[in-house]
Amino acid sequence: MRTINYGKAISEAMHEEMLRDESVFILGEDMGVMGSVFGLTRGFMAEFGADRVIDTPISENGFVGMAVGAAIRGLRPVVELMYVDFAPLALDQIANQAAKMRYMTGGKVKVPLVVRAPGGAGRRNAAQHSQSLDALFTHIPGLKVVAPATPFDAKGLLKSAIRDDDPVVFLEHKFCYAMQGEVPEEEYVVPLGKADIKRPGRDVTIVAWSRQVIFALEAAKTLAAEGIEAEVVDIRSLVPLDFETISASVRKTHKVVVVHEAIKRGGYGAEIAAQIMEELFDWLDAPVKRVAGLNVVIPFSPALEDAVFPHVPEIVAGVKEVVR
Amino acid sequence: MALAHDNKAALDLYQDMYRVRQFDSMASKLFAEGKLAGNIHTCIGQEAVCVGACRAVAASDFIASTHRGHGHCLAKGGDARLMMAELFGKATGYCHGKGGSMHIADLDLGILGANGIVGAGIPIAAGSALASRIRKTGEVTLCFFGDAASNQGSFHEAVNMAAAWKLPVVFVCENNLYGVSVEIHRVTSVPDIAERAKAYGIPGTVADGNDVFSVLAAVTEAVERARRGDGPSLVECKTYRHHGHYEGDPQAYRSRDEVEKWKRRDPIVRLRAEILSGGMAGADEMAALEAAVDREIEAAVTFAAESPWPSASEATTCVYATDNDRSVAR
Ligand SMILES: Cc1ncc(C[n+]2csc(CCOP(=O)(O)OP(=O)(O)O)c2C)c(N)n1
Ligand SMILES: [Mg+2]
Repeated sequence: MRTINYGKAISEAMHEEMLRDESVFILGEDMGVMGSVFGLTRGFMAEFGADRVIDTPISENGFVGMAVGAAIRGLRPVVELMYVDFAPLALDQIANQAAKMRYMTGGKVKVPLVVRAPGGAGRRNAAQHSQSLDALFTHIPGLKVVAPATPFDAKGLLKSAIRDDDPVVFLEHKFCYAMQGEVPEEEYVVPLGKADIKRPGRDVTIVAWSRQVIFALEAAKTLAAEGIEAEVVDIRSLVPLDFETISASVRKTHKVVVVHEAIKRGGYGAEIAAQIMEELFDWLDAPVKRVAGLNVVIPFSPALEDAVFPHVPEIVAGVKEVVR
Repeated sequence: MALAHDNKAALDLYQDMYRVRQFDSMASKLFAEGKLAGNIHTCIGQEAVCVGACRAVAASDFIASTHRGHGHCLAKGGDARLMMAELFGKATGYCHGKGGSMHIADLDLGILGANGIVGAGIPIAAGSALASRIRKTGEVTLCFFGDAASNQGSFHEAVNMAAAWKLPVVFVCENNLYGVSVEIHRVTSVPDIAERAKAYGIPGTVADGNDVFSVLAAVTEAVERARRGDGPSLVECKTYRHHGHYEGDPQAYRSRDEVEKWKRRDPIVRLRAEILSGGMAGADEMAALEAAVDREIEAAVTFAAESPWPSASEATTCVYATDNDRSVAR
């Protein structure tokens, strides 16, 4: 199978959906002439025209709100926030408008909107360009939240997100853009709300998403060399959550480590851990362990940044705490 | 233009502009060599704005800066050594390495901080002016922001409040014609950002942002007005950045011709020529002044390079003033 990177996979998903459905259009900062700061829409403006690939001013609340308005009228906007850190500027439209519209209107109004937002630390982008705000979105009923780790999942999930009739926050990891992976030439989609076992194992379940899946797989290799077989469950969708897959894995391994890059306090890992505790307590041989970011602001210094969020060694150590 | 004939003042302005140029040129070089990490936004080509505007205020006044903030910081008296150390992420930097290029602040010098969020500094500047009003301390706050930032709601909300309450703030727009790749006219309803002042009932003026005297005159008038209690003004300075939006930007969105055209209007070359042709200083004097600044920047790099990294334990300090350990650990 051919190999492409995660950025290209996202680009292909948008491109194919724009060809497939005329109601799909793109808006955001630097999406047109520049083809996005990460190069994901290069050539799109020439191909689809300036009405379907819109360079917006720096007006996040304004253009996300316009995407909501266009979505209500039947279009399928794919809006980019250049960094997820800018989502707070548009949070009224995301949280109070897009998320609640269907419910508030008794199901009369749908908002088929995708908000794509790159996040994540490790690039020395400092405090306001490095966050993982996953839990901000999972806490708001009405939003679907997706965070792929691989090119295959990124492409398939984005296509599903664009076709979905509810607002989807699509969280990309900046560090994943250059990562290569197998992606078929043929059309496919990955359904929202379906986890994927990225590596089977009998001894411990590692639940992860986004870039941490890559680290978890590395950690699993290290652990295997020491005789510990970890099963890596990539949830891919945070909302809706495929708890069945997590549950089946936990019933097999009886031990769980939940891993995420976002800070630990109030992180989505706490939600997953609580659900496991509530529903699978009798199946557990050890308390659910969280390996997550420190409860700090992301520092700039190359001497500090990598220490504030999990890498392979922290995951290995976390697993060893529950597997004794 | 009367100021142009004050030799000392002209030389001081030149020195400040040259320092900004050399600092950012050095940052650019270090970034290209892989010695600086992250994002570096230089203001090469725009030096007349930060220097002219900061010359219009006193040491006790305040400024709010942007992601393109090295020039603002230096022009308000920032220490090049501490700035360079911050760009390196060293323990001796302005923010002990925690902030980096986009988050340098020095309250003692009236530098309220750079900002990674476009437009966020505008209400903060207005809030600083509100503090001066409430405490009756008489300072003026200069608010720097880009052309593209004037399309944020924060700009319109803050200018309205500042105007309604006649706050002592001066909004200084650095119009370099682009927000990253987007030409400002493609996404903006008015040709001059200064026109937006009309909507809020405050004066709006356009200055030549590549002429330090033009900037100085316009901002001085606005500062005097603010100081009198007559409220804010908007000063738009037309200028251009010679480098990409960030270091490493391929700049496919603008033509080489356009860049070359603006480089011929280089504010530093222009002021240097004015000083020499006006007989305000001789070539030797200029060369000596430049050599002194060059040494200062070299010393800043040496200081930064030789400084220690922050220790790992620093990662968890400074989140809170009190209860730091307890609140960070859980
Ligand atoms: C809220 C927000 N949106 C987008 C960005 C990304 N970004 C950084 S600088 C910039 C352009 C700013 O243009 P302008 O205000 O004209 O300042 P200039 O860079 O030209 O000096 C953009 C879009 C950001 N940092 N913050
Ligand atoms: Mg600009």
